Amino acid sequence: MAVMRPTLEVGIIGYGAYVPRYRLPASEVNRIWHDGEDAEPITEKAVPGPDEDTVTMSIEAARNALARAAVDPADLGAVWVGSESHPYAVKPTSAIVAEAIGAVPLALGADWQFACKAGTEALQAAVALVGSGMGRYALAIGMDTAQGRPGDALEYTAAAGGAGYIVGAGDESVALLEGSSSRISDMPDFWRRPGAPYPEHAGRFTGDPAYFEHVEAASWGLMQALGYGASDLDYAVFHQPNRRFPQRAALDLGFTREQIAPGMLVDRIGNAYAGSSLLGLSAVLDVARPGQRILHVSFGSGAGSDAFVWHVTERITARRDAAPRTEDYVRRRKEIDYATYARYRGKLQR
Amino acid sequence: MSGPSQWRRRQQRLSLTGEICPQCSARLFPPRDVCPHCGGPARIPYALGGRGTVYSFSRIMSAPEGYEAGAPYYVALVALDEGPLVTAQLTDVDPEAVSIGMPVEMVTRLMKRDGDRGLIDYSFKFRPVLERMAG
Repeated sequence: MAVMRPTLEVGIIGYGAYVPRYRLPASEVNRIWHDGEDAEPITEKAVPGPDEDTVTMSIEAARNALARAAVDPADLGAVWVGSESHPYAVKPTSAIVAEAIGAVPLALGADWQFACKAGTEALQAAVALVGSGMGRYALAIGMDTAQGRPGDALEYTAAAGGAGYIVGAGDESVALLEGSSSRISDMPDFWRRPGAPYPEHAGRFTGDPAYFEHVEAASWGLMQALGYGASDLDYAVFHQPNRRFPQRAALDLGFTREQIAPGMLVDRIGNAYAGSSLLGLSAVLDVARPGQRILHVSFGSGAGSDAFVWHVTERITARRDAAPRTEDYVRRRKEIDYATYARYRGKLQR
Repeated sequence: MSGPSQWRRRQQRLSLTGEICPQCSARLFPPRDVCPHCGGPARIPYALGGRGTVYSFSRIMSAPEGYEAGAPYYVALVALDEGPLVTAQLTDVDPEAVSIGMPVEMVTRLMKRDGDRGLIDYSFKFRPVLERMAG
């Protein structure tokens, strides 16, 4: 279906970002593995501290989303966490997060997996749950502490961070959902087998056809169904595995650099995988004005894209500063060297 | 921490939930069911706000079993805004930055992993209050 809409009008009633404090400059990866002679895809990436994982980061993002939504956590009908770095293979991240924020016991909980699309898949499900009337509110989180094999090209960008979104009724929303479109196909671009510590990827295959085909087709389909051209939308946010992919997708779709700039975080924090496009969206919501429209498109390897158009309401101005902005976390940075990174990520153990 | 202990103390450790005394309104942490201020029963759960200041601190160089991976780290007595004095680790902080009176806020963090196969233990820690620069 080219465009999906729930039966009831829904939107985002609260959102919350989280990015850990530590930054590994790409120059450090370059220094260790390439004598400093490689092309660096970004400036630096966010690295989780030794006491952080997808559970702890999701809890902070959820608390920020609740602070903005100002609802009773007991009214959350679902707590869903999308990630490819859940701390347990079997034991739900979502139940720990729900317990920490007070959303237990009457709620759905599950961990979603679709590479970097897991977070927006959870968001689609939250829209469906609330939009069908089965739940009053639902919390969807995309969060990752991404894995990159030492020396692999992905080590430059595999980063940590994400954001949580509480979906509720349209008349409570800071951003109304105008419609969404989702596409999937079987794609051998990136995978990780059970028990393997690092993912494998098919080099340039990850761009064409995987990323561009799904991202651009999902965007075109949704924009055409809603009757929008690029100039009718104020911002566009795409999944950000590096600087180049989202920039090319934006230009192919007719967007200007100015339309994507507020949501482009990859150069400063890296690719937060399931959290990537959701963090870009939270950065845009932090600065958007009432009445503006945002195209928001994820991509997950394997592969698929979820595209959404969000229409910002006047409630954004009152709710925005009830929690830290995305930029507060991005600017909070402590630079570390490769050795500290190796220790924090468990690649070195005493 | 054993599974039963982790389960019993989950709200206390994940969300800093203590108790409030119905007689004298004292906020208690950890929950103890008897108010140390007035001696009356106090069993009403109360979620503390998580803001406070460092009352005192110590740097742990020789960590107890299970906590070696994080050493050296800081343990502090944190005076919560609601009154209780809580012992907890500090996190996201540089050694030169810790001081008595430093404003801190609660975060839920990983405490330790029980080897490669056991449970992961999460609990409250405190970090310097996040600077709000944007806006």
